[in-house]
Amino acid sequence: MFNRILFNLVQVATVLIFAPLVAGVLGRLEENVQSKRGPSIFQPYRDIWKLFHKDEVVSDQSSWIFRFTPYLVFVTPVFVTLLIPVLTGYPLFFAFMGDMLGGGFVLSLGGFFATLAAVDTANPYGPVGASRTRMVGFLAEPVFMIVFFTVSFVAGSTIPYIVQQRWVTPPANFFAPSHVLLMVAFFMLILAECGRLPVDNPGGHFELAMIDESKSLEYSGRGMALVKWGGHMKVFVLLCIFLNVLVAPWGLAREQTLAAVLLAIPLVLLKLLACVLVLVVIESSLAKLRLFRIAEFLGAAFVTSVAAMITRLFAF
Amino acid sequence: MPDANAVQWLQSLNALTGGLFLLVTFGLVSLRQIHGCLRLFVAQSILLATSAFLLGALYHTWHLTVVGVVDLVTKVVITPWVLRRLLHDEVQTRREITQVLNIPTALLLALALAITAYLLASPLVALGGGAAIGVNLPIGLAGLLIGGLTAAVRREAVPLFLGLLAMENSSFFAGIGVAPEMPLIAEVSIAFDVLILVFVVGLLTRAMHEHIGTTEVGALTALTEEQAP
Repeated sequence: MFNRILFNLVQVATVLIFAPLVAGVLGRLEENVQSKRGPSIFQPYRDIWKLFHKDEVVSDQSSWIFRFTPYLVFVTPVFVTLLIPVLTGYPLFFAFMGDMLGGGFVLSLGGFFATLAAVDTANPYGPVGASRTRMVGFLAEPVFMIVFFTVSFVAGSTIPYIVQQRWVTPPANFFAPSHVLLMVAFFMLILAECGRLPVDNPGGHFELAMIDESKSLEYSGRGMALVKWGGHMKVFVLLCIFLNVLVAPWGLAREQTLAAVLLAIPLVLLKLLACVLVLVVIESSLAKLRLFRIAEFLGAAFVTSVAAMITRLFAF
Repeated sequence: MPDANAVQWLQSLNALTGGLFLLVTFGLVSLRQIHGCLRLFVAQSILLATSAFLLGALYHTWHLTVVGVVDLVTKVVITPWVLRRLLHDEVQTRREITQVLNIPTALLLALALAITAYLLASPLVALGGGAAIGVNLPIGLAGLLIGGLTAAVRREAVPLFLGLLAMENSSFFAGIGVAPEMPLIAEVSIAFDVLILVFVVGLLTRAMHEHIGTTEVGALTALTEEQAP
C-alpha cells in the first residue's frame, strides 16, 4: 500500500524531471541532422528556470481563465501520470481511478482551457491558433475513439495496465495486423496532438503559420514556464502511453521493490530515446502540411485505425 | 510437416503482410505525387511476393515461390523501370495530380469498400479451407475494389494505370490464398500480360503527351478541333 503510493510518486517525479530532457534531446538531434551544433540538451531546463525568475505581465483585460490556465496545463499531465504505466508493469495505487479514455479526457481538459485562454486575450494570433487547434482536435477525435474501441475490444478493458498485459506482451499478438495498424494510427495521432511535423512546425516563429505555439504567445514569466513545462510533460506522457502500453512494454519494473522501479527509469528513457530518433527522422524528412491538408493526414490516420478494427473484428 | 509453432508464426506473419497490404492500398488512393504512387505500388508488389513466399512455406508448394519470384521481377524491377524510362517527365517532375473527388472523401469511400469486401468475404471464408484464406481473400477483395476506385477517381494516365495494376495485384493476393495449386502457367502468363500492358500504356501515354501536351485523361472530353480558334 505505502509502497504503491511511493512508486506512484516516483513516476510523477520521473515525468516532472525528465520531460524537459526529452524535449532538449529532440531539439538538439534535429539541429544536428541539419549540420548545426544546436542548443544543449539541458536548454529546456534553463529556459524554464529563467522564466520562473522573470516578472509576469498579465493583461488587465483578461479574465480568471487566463490566470488559471497555466496551472491546469501543468497539472493535467501529472494526473494522467497517475493512471498510466510509466515505470512499473503492475497497477499502482491510482491505476483503477480512470482508464485510457479518462486520461484522454483529462489531457483534453488542459487543451480546452489553453484554447479558452488564447481567445481570452485580445491578441489577434491567439484565436487563430485556437481555432486551428480545435480543427486538428476534432479531426483527431474519431481516430482516438476508434483506437480506444479496438483496444478495449481486443483486451476486454481500457485500463492501460490490463491492455499492456493481455494484448501486447504475448509476441504472437505483437505482429497481428490490427496491432501494427493501430500503432501506426496512434503514432500519427501523437504527431498531430503534440503539434509536431508534418501537422505543425514546433520550431517555427512565424505567428501566422503557428498552430500550437500561438496559444501561449501572451504568457510570460511564471505562466509561460508552467505552460512550457506542461507541454513537455504532455509529450512525455503521450509517448509513455504509446511505448509502454501499445508498443514495447519491456523494461518495466516487475518486482515491487524500490530498486526495480529506479532501475526502470534508465530503461524507459532508453526506449524514449529510440522513439525520439524516429521522431527526428520524421521531422527532418517531412515538410509541414498546408492547413487544409491536415484533414488528409488525419483522414489517413482514421482509415488506418478503422482498418485495424476491421482486420480484428472480422478475424476468422 | 513444420511443427505447429512454425505454422502459427507463418500465419501471423502472413496476417501482418495482409494488414500492410491493405494500408498500402489505402495509400494509393490518398497520395498526391505520381512518384509516391509508383513507390507505393512497388511496396504493394513486395508485400504480395512476401505473402506468396510465406504461403509457399506454409502449404509446401514451390508454385507460390515461383509466383513470388515472377512478381518481384515483373512488378518490382521491370514495371517501375519501364515507367520511369518512358515517362520520365511525368513520373519525376510532376508533383501534384488532380482528382475527381477530394482525398478525404475518396478515403472514406475506400474504407466503405474495404468493409464491404470483408462482409462479402465472410460467408465464403466460413466455408473453410485453411487459415490463410481468412486473411488473403477479404484483403485481396478489398484491394480489388479500392484499386477500381483509384482508377475511377484519378484523372491522370499513370496513377490511373497504377490503380489497374493494383487491382491485378490484389486479385493475385486473394488468389494465392484461395488456390495455392493454381496452374503455374496461368500465373506466369498473367505476369507477362502485365508487362505488355505496361509497355502499351507507357507508349500510349507518351504519344498522348507528345500530341496534346498533357496526360490528364480526365480533360479528354472534347475534340481538339473544337477548341481550335
